[in-house]
Amino acid sequence: MLKRTALYTAHQKLGGKLIEFGGWEMPVQYTSITDEHLAVRQAAGVFDISHMGEVTVSGPGAEAFLNGLLTNDIRKLAPGEGQYTLMCHERGGVIDDLYAYKLSAGVYLLIINASRIEPDVAWLKAQAAKTPGDFTLTDASHQYAAIAVQGPRVKEFIDAVIPGASSSAMRVNAVTELKKNQIGGFKFENHSVLVSRTGYTGEDGFEIVGSDESIAHLWDKVLAVGRPFGLKPAGLGARDTLRTEVCYPLYGHELDENTTPMEAGVGFFVALDKGEFNGRSVLAEQKAAGVKKRLVAFKMTDKSAPPRPQYPIWVNGARVGVVVSGTQSPSLGIGIGLGYIPAGTAKTGDAIEIEIRGKRHAAVIVPKPIFKKS
Amino acid sequence: MSTVPSDLKYAKSHEWVRVGGEAGTVGITDHAQHELTDIVFVELPAVGRTVKAGEACAVVESVKTASDIYSPVSGEIIEVNPAVADNPALVNTEPHTGGWLFKLKLSAPAELGALLSPADYEKQIAG
Repeated sequence: MLKRTALYTAHQKLGGKLIEFGGWEMPVQYTSITDEHLAVRQAAGVFDISHMGEVTVSGPGAEAFLNGLLTNDIRKLAPGEGQYTLMCHERGGVIDDLYAYKLSAGVYLLIINASRIEPDVAWLKAQAAKTPGDFTLTDASHQYAAIAVQGPRVKEFIDAVIPGASSSAMRVNAVTELKKNQIGGFKFENHSVLVSRTGYTGEDGFEIVGSDESIAHLWDKVLAVGRPFGLKPAGLGARDTLRTEVCYPLYGHELDENTTPMEAGVGFFVALDKGEFNGRSVLAEQKAAGVKKRLVAFKMTDKSAPPRPQYPIWVNGARVGVVVSGTQSPSLGIGIGLGYIPAGTAKTGDAIEIEIRGKRHAAVIVPKPIFKKS
Repeated sequence: MSTVPSDLKYAKSHEWVRVGGEAGTVGITDHAQHELTDIVFVELPAVGRTVKAGEACAVVESVKTASDIYSPVSGEIIEVNPAVADNPALVNTEPHTGGWLFKLKLSAPAELGALLSPADYEKQIAG
């Protein structure tokens, strides 16, 4: 039985096409992936992200515990700030990529991938059992729903959706006063909601976590207030094309337990100098000696079918790699993708080929992000 | 609601065929294009290829996925639609007319009897 979010009936009412994703029944699209994608790039879109998991870690020992598990330096967070980070096992492979927020001194909120809630929580509990220190770990995934409101026009209406100043975490007078990666606790119709200036689309925007009831009301209000600004409800299809254009990794595609942050090109979020943490020695060695495989972004250069995950990548007439994400780019109107190739086989600007149904098609390795607003 | 023209025969896998003399024109249904949405690429069979009923012989790609298209009937491909290769969105906008995919010379016209009538296809997509 698939799990349903608090917005399930809202999706049905909007004519959303529902699919299975990470054990949840989620809307892949409402009208068209392209329309929803372009609405987010040009105006605004609202996504149900209730499937994502929430874990809280609190207590005097929480910071040290998390800093030994996560790759980024959590000590750099002030109350009301968040950071992108990764959780690796001892061999440096990625258990999950996540956002860690410091809500207040000794109180942390982790937002984890839906498909990884079980392995993450098992890993966190096992690590907690062998870590001395005073802290409490709670899987609160079932308590929360969440939405993402994304796009360049969101800042024009979000303060009308959630009016007033924050009362916890980052103290600001209005939601739009939050800076990138900051999180504040606000009142919405007498419910407490957490609002962060984050997202997974490459656009400005906010992610909002709250109870099922608050998020169901919030969804309706975002639609009502945002529609005149061009906001559309957007599904997982657009979420995937948006993040692929800006080269944000998706667990299970760019990241898995056999891939390290260095290989995936997210070494920026690995603080090798912060002291010991899981995977550090392997990651430090990869940083020094280089990686064996490397994630590259590419664009198709000739007219072809869009690249898809698992399609082979050819370099200089040899089959060397594999596509992990690929789609038609709604912004660029061409096929784009991300894939792994052995390090040293090709660099940015080099011609490669993508094998599509037995036939090779020309592509070129491009800098990340693939799409950047001019 | 999807349109189901009355002059066509339908395959359970959502292709239609329009028969004129010895030739059949094949496309995907309005229901199918509505389900796929945003068609961005169409791969057509080579002219001269012989296909069997139920054989995958074309691919229609939406933003999200690639979908095989099965020939509803057996025969030899005698023409493909260059307009959909240039403008795949025609399959969305005119699925039963300008968005046709290929024509074939029927080698076993009796197979038409096994296809769905418009009323039966309408029942299938309603259920």
